[in-house]
Amino acid sequence: MKILAIETSCDEAAASVVANGEEILSNIVATQVEFHKKYGGIVPEIASRKHIEVINPIIAEALEKANIGFKDLDAVAVTYGPGLVGSLIVGLCAAKAIAYSLSIPLIGINHLEAHIYANFLNSKSQVPNFPFICLLVSGGHTMLILVKDHGEYEVIGRTRDDAAGEAFDKVARFLKLGYPGGPIIDKLAKEGNPDAIKFTRPMLARRSSKSGGGLEQGYDFSFSGIKTAVINYVTRDAGCTTKDIVASFQQAVVDVLVTKAIRAAKEYKCKTIALGGGVAANSRLREELKERGQKQGQEVVIPPHSLCTDNAAMVGCAAYYKLRNNQTSNFDLQAVASLKL
Amino acid sequence: MEIKTRSADETIELGKKIGAFLMPNEIIALSGHLGAGKTTLIQGIAVGVGVADYVTSPTFIIINEYNGRLPFFHVDLYRLNDATEVEDLGIEEYFERGGVCVIEWAEKLGDLAPKNFQLVKIEILGENERKICVSSELAARLK
Repeated sequence: MKILAIETSCDEAAASVVANGEEILSNIVATQVEFHKKYGGIVPEIASRKHIEVINPIIAEALEKANIGFKDLDAVAVTYGPGLVGSLIVGLCAAKAIAYSLSIPLIGINHLEAHIYANFLNSKSQVPNFPFICLLVSGGHTMLILVKDHGEYEVIGRTRDDAAGEAFDKVARFLKLGYPGGPIIDKLAKEGNPDAIKFTRPMLARRSSKSGGGLEQGYDFSFSGIKTAVINYVTRDAGCTTKDIVASFQQAVVDVLVTKAIRAAKEYKCKTIALGGGVAANSRLREELKERGQKQGQEVVIPPHSLCTDNAAMVGCAAYYKLRNNQTSNFDLQAVASLKL
Repeated sequence: MEIKTRSADETIELGKKIGAFLMPNEIIALSGHLGAGKTTLIQGIAVGVGVADYVTSPTFIIINEYNGRLPFFHVDLYRLNDATEVEDLGIEEYFERGGVCVIEWAEKLGDLAPKNFQLVKIEILGENERKICVSSELAARLK
């Protein structure tokens, strides 16, 4: 069972061939260095408008790397939301054209669901057992998801303002450290003191109720306040080095994420915590979630870096389980910018 | 008109008042430094427009769409470098879809800026204090 998967929800255009939902035969991302060497051009910060230029080359590359042709495909999977409509449409059109011309099933996939499925591309022994908690952290999303079974999700917490990855990028840019902020802060923080400054840890209190809806905030996140606290601190010029500032900022973010993930796993009686999204590449988050999770008897599953950031292999994996349940899409499948899980 | 707010909650309350009066195809352009409270004010505006969902930062995705008593488009141009990138994204398509369009970092629109927008500027006065300048048309409605 070979599925060609396409992902163009935001900045990245990606294509992959996945066999039986577990074996990655190819995994091409347009901004990857190798692909760029071959086709030239710089790696743009915002690539969405370039999707239309790279979509056919990356599909061809994915098939070539997998050593197969179009006729060997059993289905085509594509992300249809959430994302930027103009970006999503490029992938959708390509996927529909291929599926239609080959008379094979088309499978629309939710981008958030695909991030969860990155955990099923680990080696077999590492696949999380249901039910589990997935902490999804990226530049655009931060959520805690209770995964009950294939296709059965309950979002139990999400950010009220900025995504965690966005806070990293904005703090890095404010401190003039460069882009992307995540890896830069991760590296610099290793030389700093994470306890130098005690930045605010919003929403760590259980069931605090502030304004803004008055809903129970038990598992929701807020990172805008941490970002503003860093800006205020720097504006005051309170004396710490940049290394200490970023180490303390990172610690505040990681602290909130890990505490809430472990609390959720306990309350929902899950034995496993899985990680997904680009921020899952942060070394402090990985270490602390493993360490504190394992202390509490939790198994912590983390996909390799290349499967945490946006990619198409995770889309192909999610599609395999949909196809097994005959959940295919019609050709009138539309891009849904604000698609929910 | 200048309005001073002393907390994020007060900024949200101001946003609610602004949002309550907005009509189809109105565009609010916001400017202010990082951490000024642009998204906070917009969260209030969204409540005023009747959006029940949480309004989160669209920085990464650039445009978030919601439904209230009117469609609500939250645009953030923070990651864009110049007006040609704005053009490539087709943001002007959102200006006339019968909804309310709120744009952060609107100064990046350059020549693509619509003529009929209402400007709101946020200045940081202190840790929690903000000075919010609204266009005279918005100010008239707030009275």
